[in-house]
Amino acid sequence: MTVDASRGADAPPELVQLLTPEGERVEHPDYDIDLTPEEVRSLYRDLVLVRRVDLEAVALQRQGELGIWASLLGQEAAQIGSGRALTDADMAFPTYREHGVAWCRDVDPVKLLGLFRGVNHGGWDPAEHNFHLYTIVIGSQTLHAVGYAMGIQRDGANAATIAYFGDGATSQGDVNESFIWASVFNAPIVFFCQNNQWAISEPLEKQSRIPLYRRASGFGFPGIRVDGNDVFACLAVTRQALKNAREGQGPTLIEAFTYRMGAHTTTDDPTRYRVASELEAWKLKDPIERVKAFLVRNELADQAFLDSVEAEAEDLGADLRRRCLEMPDPEPLEIFDHVYTGPHALVAEERAQYAAYLEGFER
Amino acid sequence: MSVLTLSKAINEGLRKAMEDDPKVLIMGEDVGKLGGVFRVTDGLQKDFGEDRVIDTPLAESGIVGTAIGLALRGYRPICEIQFDGFVFPAADQIITQLAKMPLRSLGAIKLPVVVRIPCGGGIGAVEHHSESPEAYFTHTGGLRVVACSNPADAYSMIQQAVRCDDPVIFFEPKRRYWEKADVDTSSTDWWTPFDEATVVRQGTDVTLLAYGPMVKTCLEAATAAQEEGRSLEVIDLRSLNPLDFPKVMESARKTGRVVVVHEAPVYNGFGAELAARITESCFYHLESPVLRVGGFSTPYPPSKLEEHYLPDLDRVLEAVDRTFTF
Ligand SMILES: Cc1ncc(C[n+]2csc(CCOP(=O)(O)OP(=O)(O)O)c2C)c(N)n1
Repeated sequence: MTVDASRGADAPPELVQLLTPEGERVEHPDYDIDLTPEEVRSLYRDLVLVRRVDLEAVALQRQGELGIWASLLGQEAAQIGSGRALTDADMAFPTYREHGVAWCRDVDPVKLLGLFRGVNHGGWDPAEHNFHLYTIVIGSQTLHAVGYAMGIQRDGANAATIAYFGDGATSQGDVNESFIWASVFNAPIVFFCQNNQWAISEPLEKQSRIPLYRRASGFGFPGIRVDGNDVFACLAVTRQALKNAREGQGPTLIEAFTYRMGAHTTTDDPTRYRVASELEAWKLKDPIERVKAFLVRNELADQAFLDSVEAEAEDLGADLRRRCLEMPDPEPLEIFDHVYTGPHALVAEERAQYAAYLEGFER
Repeated sequence: MSVLTLSKAINEGLRKAMEDDPKVLIMGEDVGKLGGVFRVTDGLQKDFGEDRVIDTPLAESGIVGTAIGLALRGYRPICEIQFDGFVFPAADQIITQLAKMPLRSLGAIKLPVVVRIPCGGGIGAVEHHSESPEAYFTHTGGLRVVACSNPADAYSMIQQAVRCDDPVIFFEPKRRYWEKADVDTSSTDWWTPFDEATVVRQGTDVTLLAYGPMVKTCLEAATAAQEEGRSLEVIDLRSLNPLDFPKVMESARKTGRVVVVHEAPVYNGFGAELAARITESCFYHLESPVLRVGGFSTPYPPSKLEEHYLPDLDRVLEAVDRTFTF
């Protein structure tokens, strides 16, 4: 048996990469991409802005404005690359960390905060953005994504779904069942695994003894590993996989090889299980720095552009903060809203009882 | 005698169980180096090794299913489910296999598996981190279901659960993990059998029945009621299946008024069983119907609303008042 579950900062050989950590463009025989300078600048802007959203959310959590936050720090390229590969008609099924994909789907960042602030369990209309609600139970959404893809298939629509999940999630029964369903029904779906090397405190070796992308072959569809810190490669590989899915070639598993630079969530303490040198090594592969280096090296952006993105990020952060603080607390009786689509005797009864109880205090 | 938090008391209990029996294993997500997200298993992997404190793949069905296999082979696994809402992927293994395999074998098989579940709300968490799934398990024959409420009980009950030859679902009130009390770790003399209820406060006017996180709330309510001249008896049920009904009945007959308090939804909750039984057995002793205080028949709300969903002192006292209006 080959045992190859390396998670060091050294890129394993089979990784698709189009942009080196130093910002040099490299070719790949199967995946190439032609981006205009404007498109590259736009990707850079996305990366910087979602990092800013994330940093602001972490700060808000530290100040007690959010109960918890799951940071995407380090995973920006995987999310922006795959997110920008989607067409409007495609449907995305995220976990709780896909703030960058949400950005690509035009979900107002403040809406991402509701769940983490504890004012609601979701906050946006999935149909409006073709971006499903965050799913906290690990792996559940992958089956929903396959079912949705089966619907697309039946409707003959020119679309695909993409399901996001982490390396830890690949151990769940649901994820393995979703692979089987997708394969058997040749569903138009892309499984996008962000292998950020850790499932809370557990390193990848606790989930798999082979590289995750190789799992796919056992289920009967292609798997590919991409440099998850390379936004070009993530875009190219995802675009191709989505195209294949739309054209009736069935599922693909993409393993974006990346790194969770922060804690699992703001309640986690990575110093208990992770050595600092690992983070240092990955910092050299920062997804934003390499695009910046590429832009500068090729004179595609001047200081004024970089400054303008920086300024935009500042404004975005300040705006997010302001609107987070303005977010009203829900009213008590909202507990009883939306439990059913219409009137429901039990909920109505409990609502009336609780309303009367609350009034008792006011009198 | 040492002063321990509830989480530390369970930790010490687990340590003792592992020292006493080399067949005892701990398995779950993040239980090793991290010591679990609540640090309940802190330091155990360091002292007992990775073979006995096992960081498992992220798969609850796998955790309980393999624990069953290990138990078939003579081990005594203790499974940690990270949060209440994540026990459902394991529900199939618990309900269809863990609970029923001993009977299927006509008693030839014993499955001494403990499934530890931090349960309940009140910590400001996101969805699936605040649930009270006890009724699903008490509804399943073949499982023992217990809930600890304080450090001393936690220390003794976890050890009894591990020693028990039946599968045990072990609920830990997560919002009480940080509460401290004296625990005598030197002797077993004071241990109450883990399937017995305890009267944690004597009273004469109303009986409050609670378990897990609500015991403390009920004790506080009893203190507050005392100031208004009412004497409340508080019973910590400890074991939900089997239920120590004689103790409940005795108290109900004495006070004639009963209020059941739990965090789980009232509708079809564990309190329904208590109310029905008390009515059947103590009808002529009752001054008023058995009342229930608990969560609503809605999904657990976002954390900004959980103070409304969770029973508190006022809601308990309001129910107590109501028992006098019949
Ligand atoms: C079914 C289930 N079990 C346990 C958890 C608790 N939990 C939340 S995140 C997490 C680790 C997830 O790791 P991974 O899938 O790699 O995704 P990442 O958070 O690293 O992006 C765990 C164990 C959960 N949310 N759902």
